[in-house]
Order: sequence, then structure tokens, then C-alpha cells
Amino acid sequence: MSTTPDSSIFERAKAIVSDAERVTQAHLRTVSLPGATIGLITLDNGEDHTKPNTFGPASLLALDEAIDAALADEAIDAIAVTGKPFILAAGADLTSIQGGGPDAVRTVAELGHAVFRKLGEGGKPSFGLVNGLALGGGLEVALHCTYRTVMDSAPALGLPEVMLGLVPGWGGAWLVPNLVGADKAVTLILENPLNQGKTLGGQAAYDFGLADAVFGGADFLEQSLLWAASVLRGETVVERPEVDRGEAWDAAIKRAEGIVAAKTGGASPAAAKAVELIAAARDSDRDAGFAAEDDALEAMSQTAELLASLYSFDLVQKRAKRPAGAPDRSLARPVTKVGIVGAGLMASQLALLFVRRLEVPVVLTDLDQERADKGVAYVHAEIDKLLAKGRINQDKANRHKALVSGETDKQVAFGDADFVIEAVFEEMSVKKTVFADVEKVVSAECVLATNTSSLSITEMAADLEHPERVVGFHFFNPVAVMPLLEIVKGDATDDATLATAFATGKALKKTSILVKDSPSFIVNRLLGRFMSEVGRIVDEGTPVSVADNAFAGIAPMPPFVLLSLVGPAIALHNNETLKGAFPDRFYVSPALERIVEARKPAYYGPDGNLDPEVEAMLEEPASPVVLTAEEVREKTLAGLAEEARLMLDEGVVAAPQDIDLAMITGAGFSFWNGGLTFMLDVSGISEKATGKRFH
Amino acid sequence: MSRPQREVVFVDGVRTPFGKAKGQYAETRADDLVIKCIRELMRRNPSLPPERVDEVAVAATTQIGDQGLTIGRTAALLAGLPQSVPGYSIDRMCAGAMTAVTNTASGIAFGAYDVAIAGGVEHMGRHPMGEGVDPNPRILSERIVNPDALVMGKTAENLHDRYPTITKQRVDEYAVRSQQKTQAAYDAGKIQPDLVPVATRSAEAGWGLATTDEPMRPGTTIESLAGLKTPFRSHGNVTAGNAAGINDGATAALLADEETARELGLPVKMRLVTYSFVGVEPEVMGAGPIPATEKALKLAGLTIDDIEAFEVNEAFAVQVLAFLEHFGIADDDARVNPYGGAIAMGHPLASSGVRLMNQLARQFEERPEVRYGLTTMCIGIGMGGTVIWENPHWQGSTNEGDSK
Repeated sequence: MSTTPDSSIFERAKAIVSDAERVTQAHLRTVSLPGATIGLITLDNGEDHTKPNTFGPASLLALDEAIDAALADEAIDAIAVTGKPFILAAGADLTSIQGGGPDAVRTVAELGHAVFRKLGEGGKPSFGLVNGLALGGGLEVALHCTYRTVMDSAPALGLPEVMLGLVPGWGGAWLVPNLVGADKAVTLILENPLNQGKTLGGQAAYDFGLADAVFGGADFLEQSLLWAASVLRGETVVERPEVDRGEAWDAAIKRAEGIVAAKTGGASPAAAKAVELIAAARDSDRDAGFAAEDDALEAMSQTAELLASLYSFDLVQKRAKRPAGAPDRSLARPVTKVGIVGAGLMASQLALLFVRRLEVPVVLTDLDQERADKGVAYVHAEIDKLLAKGRINQDKANRHKALVSGETDKQVAFGDADFVIEAVFEEMSVKKTVFADVEKVVSAECVLATNTSSLSITEMAADLEHPERVVGFHFFNPVAVMPLLEIVKGDATDDATLATAFATGKALKKTSILVKDSPSFIVNRLLGRFMSEVGRIVDEGTPVSVADNAFAGIAPMPPFVLLSLVGPAIALHNNETLKGAFPDRFYVSPALERIVEARKPAYYGPDGNLDPEVEAMLEEPASPVVLTAEEVREKTLAGLAEEARLMLDEGVVAAPQDIDLAMITGAGFSFWNGGLTFMLDVSGISEKATGKRFH
Repeated sequence: MSRPQREVVFVDGVRTPFGKAKGQYAETRADDLVIKCIRELMRRNPSLPPERVDEVAVAATTQIGDQGLTIGRTAALLAGLPQSVPGYSIDRMCAGAMTAVTNTASGIAFGAYDVAIAGGVEHMGRHPMGEGVDPNPRILSERIVNPDALVMGKTAENLHDRYPTITKQRVDEYAVRSQQKTQAAYDAGKIQPDLVPVATRSAEAGWGLATTDEPMRPGTTIESLAGLKTPFRSHGNVTAGNAAGINDGATAALLADEETARELGLPVKMRLVTYSFVGVEPEVMGAGPIPATEKALKLAGLTIDDIEAFEVNEAFAVQVLAFLEHFGIADDDARVNPYGGAIAMGHPLASSGVRLMNQLARQFEERPEVRYGLTTMCIGIGMGGTVIWENPHWQGSTNEGDSK
């Protein structure tokens, strides 16, 4: 460290305080109850609940001052910490970590420990009153207290640090296993963050053992203070279950390792470090545990993963909510009825999504009533499943079911619709015919959307009377789960249509990204290039197993597993389209053609091994070129770097951020890599392959 | 169908500590105040299944903003009572909570309810008296109501005209005694058991906890009151010192059919005898308790001599003294407001009725020799309200003094 050994952590912290920090103040007030006087500290950054309290250096120093004052006041028997309405704190001020570098991160880590420890070890009992959101350091401040209460309706308690490329470094990694045991610590510190950042509600957090008492929201603070007073008077005795420090601890670590392997492929240093910390917490004392957290945070600050995670966090938190290039939302027209051309599986999935999110009439159409009815029956069955699971009540189920209908007469179906989406066979002539038919019966302003994954929007609209109302509206499978929606602007698409598409995407709770009309848009183009490279490499002699082991921690699953999930026929079709557009870069594997011809649904059999019939269909090159996994990865990523660069040059998307957001939300590329282009920059591949970086 | 008369009992009552307008509740919502009272009632009476509450009547004088939206219903929902429990709002100015009690009590006596919650709230800091009112122009053009009626301080000055023997000295002495009695009651722990603490938000200072009545001025002396301004009439008698202030607070009481209370194991603190509301000249509204009490006594077949415990709301000292003078009771009679009153504790308009009842219940508990007591208050726009209660702890006719 670059500091003099005798300078106190508080002096060092003062040196890194920046004016940019939105300071969370710590107001101390005395609350006198019979037999107990409590110094109540309120954390409040002076903003409303949309800007939660956070801890940067100045905020921690403010809290330190309040704690010192409470400890020094002889009239005060105990300290309690709570937050402004609805919020305890959302954790560290990430900007103080993002820009700081290792020394600053170490200082912030040590400062958090130094301040929070005064709550647990300052000589007076302390109470963490979790009155709402408590994430990361916001939960850790309460964990340091002698006792905790939680509001039953608190929306989110958790330690999401690992998701951000960090570890719970203000005591969480040591305190949680020592409070609730290693297994629950693994759930809180690893499993939940790696499961799309899952958090616990207040009641669940109490049941989990994170708090000693739970109270309703109507009088949480009053009841918490009265409870605290009764603890102080000795009338209430807090008992916690004994932590199992034997085999259960080993089993938990084993479970953690399994989770980390499955979710990160060992590619997330933070996840691995968190496992280490939990393992060490069994035998280490508080000093050692907290010192290990300081070291871990300092180490994390030097990983690319941290910056990448913070970058991804910013993408999904901010860019996803304000899509780049979307027209002013005031131009959007209301959508009061939706028509769907087709009643197959995709059409039915779309109907379910539209009816649940928009709650407007949705009409499925097909050539005959039987097929239309089948689509309706699918939606009804899915609604019944939601009802059976208790996700919706009977009234809601009745409402949603009544909104879905099946029709053959397009005039009846679409005459008063504002938004018609087609999900018919992926063939230009078919789609053009469909739109021409629909145009005859709809209003001049009705949006015509296509769920095409690869065809040209401009061409599809070309022969219509109103081509300006056509827009691409490309979902990802499974429609209900995948957040991404690619909104494709054709040459003629006007702003009102586009604005309506974005407003509809938002109402559907999708992450909408604007794409220029181009072959296979964003995700399928990049995945097509990905499969082209991998397919060529395998066809040239590298074993499937080697290729499948090359992308751990980058892609959500090995390439040939992904190909099986997508379906070999769809993957083939995508690559054929792309080869048609860009013959020199894209590749159609003869082996894949044979596999599709043989109607094989997957490369792997149910036993997890390569299907022998598939194996027999693979290419057998005369002079095989066998690459290592690293070579496969580097070559493939170089191809992806080239493709992403070309896409930006062609104006397919506004910025590399859109590529990364699309790959995270549409293809499951890793959050801690920052999607695709961020990772290509960090690994040096973008410069090597294209001569420059993306960022 | 035959309809047996059912006895209505006051099971329990609670209130928030009262606040000074712009004081401890400056950043606390009005509905939250009454919600905390409802929850405290339910917590204190765990043998009452929440679904057995048949009605929630909540009074507020100004029913807008956080005192609007059918506050009896919304407060019930926000307090966590089952959705099946209905609620409604009531307004009878200062006697709102008292009317909530008499309305629901009537429903219980009639057999429509077994158990009801009745209370009131007034956050005068957020909703000053008269906020948003639109008086009918006929009030002036046809001289239907003297304009003084809309300014409570003027009605109090008018009451001094009616009772010329009630001097400034007497009202100030009364006010000082009220402050002293309230402090003594706090010191003896007679008020706190029925208070529900309220967390007080302050963006500047952080959360605090209100546990006592903020308006109290225990050091008040005759001398300190003598110099106060008389804002309602030059060289008049009514000052901030001999009147209740501008206050925030809420109350709630649990009422039940007596048999139901016994069945559910609920305490019985008072038994309702009868009640009455009577109108008087609006510009002398402070006289209201006199005819209201006379009527209630008549309905009950009692005389004023039967009443051995009084809780008279102290909107103005003159109004209490007019009542006492009318009935021939001394200014410092020990049976009247023994724990002090609104001059010290505060008078958040529609909430005060239940505070009087809480304190009468405390008197009953401490004085089993007392059989009957009353709660009475004056009401804006010229009314009085009186509720006569019987002490369930009364030990028969063996005590001193006669009884019915």
C-alpha cells in the first residue's frame, strides 16, 4: 500500500472523499423508552426512494461520527440503525469503487469494516432495524449489529456482490456463515446472485435467520424500538440456532463449488473468491475474516471482471430502460387490440404474452377454425397453469381468457386492431402475401409487425400501400423468459410506428433494442458467425468435445448444446440466410445439413454423450487440423470481433453497448464479461482481429 | 322479530401522543396516526379475532388528502384488518370520534354489530380548520348564522359575554391547573398506558419516537398567562394559554356487545348508559355541553348529582367553566378532569372524544365507588355532545354517597 503505516484508516478515507459522492447522512436522535435509552441513527441521503442510500467514503465517515457520538453519550444505552422510508441502504457507492483503483478500493473496504465494527464491538448493544431495501453493504451494516429486526414487506435483502464481480467485503462473507451457517451463506452470497440477482423479501429474510424479529410495515419502527427496549431490559431473550461447523460446512462448500462451476465455468474470480471466504470463515476469527475480505476486495478491484460487471450492470439498469435511437414516446399510438397472424406455437406464445401484459383483446387467426381454436386452447391452458400456481387469481384468469379469441375471418379479427403481428412460415413470399391480405382490412395506421428472425423488413413492406407501418418485432425463445426484443426499422418505417413498437415492447416488459434492417439482426447474426466458426473448425478436424469446452464462462452453454437447444434446422436456416448475404464470412456445414436431413433433434443423446448417429454424419477431413480449446476460442472470438466491428460500421446498432446488452439479454452471454465486445477488448482480441478496440 | 336490548361496552381505547401543529408529526401522515391506533388496539386485545370486527368508523373534520379517501375503510385495510371488515368516515367537527363511538354503539345495541372500532384523527398541521371550506353565501345574506360561528375563538369570547362572572383570572387559573394536573398524571403513569408510540419522520433530524404529548407546558403560571395576546377580541379573555392549541393526533376505541366481550374474553372498562347531541346558537358553541348533558341525564333518568366523574373537553377554559357554573360545580372540583385536559394535552379536533373516554375509563378503574360518569364536549357550528357511562367496577351501594 502506498500509505504510511501510522496514518489511520479514517485519515486515509478523508483523503479519498470526493465532491461527486451523494452523501448518505447519519442523523442521531435519542429515543427514551422505559428502562432503555436508544441512540437511533437514520441513514438518509436526502433523496426520495428512487435514489437509495449508498455508502461512499463520506457516507461511511458520517456514520462513523454518529456512532462515535452515540457511544460517547452516557445517557445512551444502545444504538439502533435504520434508513429513510422504504430503504436501509443499497450498498456501496459503486462510483467510489469504479474509479478508485486498488488503493482506493482497499481504503473503502477497510473503512467499511472499521465503521461497521463499532456497531458490533463498540461496547454498547446495537440493533439493525431493516426497514426496507438492504443490499450489499446495506445489509452488512445491519449484520454487524448485535440484533436485527426486519420489516415483513421489505422488498429486497441480499448480498449481490458476486454478480458485480465483487465479494461481500464489509463483513458479509464472514458474518453470514457465522450467523446462519455455511449452507445458507452459500445461498445468499453465491446461489442467489448467480440466479439473476435473486433477493429475499423481509419475511423470507427473517425465516432465513437474518433477523431476530419481524414486524409489519404499518408500525415497523415503533415495534422494533419497543422490542429493542424489551431486549435491553432483559424481558426478551434472543435465541438463535447453533451453527453446524462440522460436515455441513464441508457439504456447503462442495455445493458452492458446484454452483460456481455450473454458473460461471470458473470464469468469475469473484465467485471463486467468495467460496474461499465462506470456507475460511469456519475457523477464522473476526479479525482474520475481515482482513481476508479486505484482501479479496483489493484483489477484485484489479480484475477485468469487476469493471465488466459494473459495465453490464449499467447496461441492464440504464441503457435497457432508455433504448438508444427510440423516437419520442409521445409519438406512440395506443394499442387497444392486437391481432396475430397464425395460431401455431410461436403465435400462441405471443398471444399469451400480449394478453398478460397489455390486457387488451388478442385475436389469433389461422386458415381454419380448428387451428385457431387450438391456439386459443394453448393460451387458456397456460393461463390455467398460472392460476393453479397461484400466480394469478380466478378473476384475472377469467379476464385474460376472455380476451383471447380465435378467428378465420381477417376482417372480423383485425378490422379494429391497432397492432397486428405475424408469426407465419419464415418465407418472404408468404409474409408478403399475409401483410397484403391484412392491409385490406386494417386501418391505415395499424402497425404491422413481423416476428421474422432474418428476413428484410424493407422488402416485406415494399409492395404495401402503407410501408411506413411495418416494423420488425423479433422475440427470443422462450418468449415468456428471454428479455430481449429486437425492434427492426425498415427503410420506410416511420417514427410513429417505431414509437408504438417501443411502447409496446416496454409494456411487454422486454428489453427493446433498435436494429437496422439487416440480415439476422444482432443476436442471430453473431450466433450465426459463432456457429460458422465453430462448425468450420469441427469440420476441419477438431473434435466436438474440444470445441464444446472452449467457451466456458463466455457463452451460456457449449456451442453444440446451444445448437441442439435452438434446433439444428433453425440454426442451419440462419446460417444459410447469412451465407447468402455474406458468403465470404459465413459457413454452412455439410455435416449440419446431413444432421438436419436426418431430422436429428440434437447432437447429444439423453445420456449426455455425442449421439453415435450424429457422430457418423460428421465430416472426416483428409488431413484433419486439430486445434486446442484455446485455439478454438481465440479463432472463434476473432471472427466475432470482426463481425461486431462490421455491424457497427454498417450501422446495424447505435453502439457496442447495444451489442453487449443484446448478447446478455438475448443469448445469455456472461454478465461478468460485459457481454461480448467488452470481453473482446479485455482479452485483446478486438485489437488483434480488427486493429482497434470497441470501447 | 323481537329485538332484545343489548348492552354496549367500551372495551379499550388508545391514542397517539398528541403533537403541536408543525411539531413532532410535521412529516407524519394523518392516516398513519390512526392506523397505529387500530393496530395497537388489536395487539392489546389478542383474544379478538380480527374478522370479528364488524365496523371501523373513523372521524376527521377535514376529509381531504391523507384524511380523505373514506379513511375508516382505508385505515382498516392499511392496519392489516381482513378485507371483509368494512369502514367509513365521520364528521361532526370536534365530536367526530365521540360520534363514531355513539354511531357504532347504536349499531351494536341494535344488533347489527358485535364489535366495532371507533376513532378519529385530525392533523391540523396538515389540515388547518376551515381548509378548503366554501361557506354558503346565505349564511351572511340571510343572517342564518352569525359569522363569528366559524371562528372558534370568537365563540369563546361570546361565551364570556353570556357568563360575565367567568373572568380572565378564572380561566387562566383553570388553565394553569390543567397543566399541573396533566403533569401530575404523567408523573403517576396514568396517561402513558393508553398511548401508542409513533415513529416520527424528519428529513432533517432522522427518525424519532413520539411518546408524550408535545403541547404540554407544565411550568405555566398565572403570571405567564396574563401577558398573552387575546387575538379574537381586543382586551378580551381568550388566549393561546387558556385554550387548546392547534394539534395533531388520533384515537381509536374498541366497542362491543357486552355478551360478545365476555365470550371473547375482552375487558369491559365502561358500559354505555346513553348519549345525546344538541344544537345551540353557532356563535356560542361552547355552551353546547350544557343542553346536551341535560338531555342525556333525562334520557338516563339521572340527575347531575348522580355523576361522580367528569371528562369535559377543554377546547376553551371558559367553556368548561360555563358548564361547571351551570351545574353548580366548583372550578376546581376533583371529580372533573382529574388528569388535566386538552389545554395541556391538545385537542386534535375529531380525535378528542375517545381521549375523554380513555381517561374516564381510567377514573372508573381507580374509583370503584363511582357508578356514573360522563364525557362531554362542545362542537363547532354550535352543538354539544354528552355520553353517560356506567362503571363496571362499581361495587354496589355499599360505598359512601347514594346511588341509583
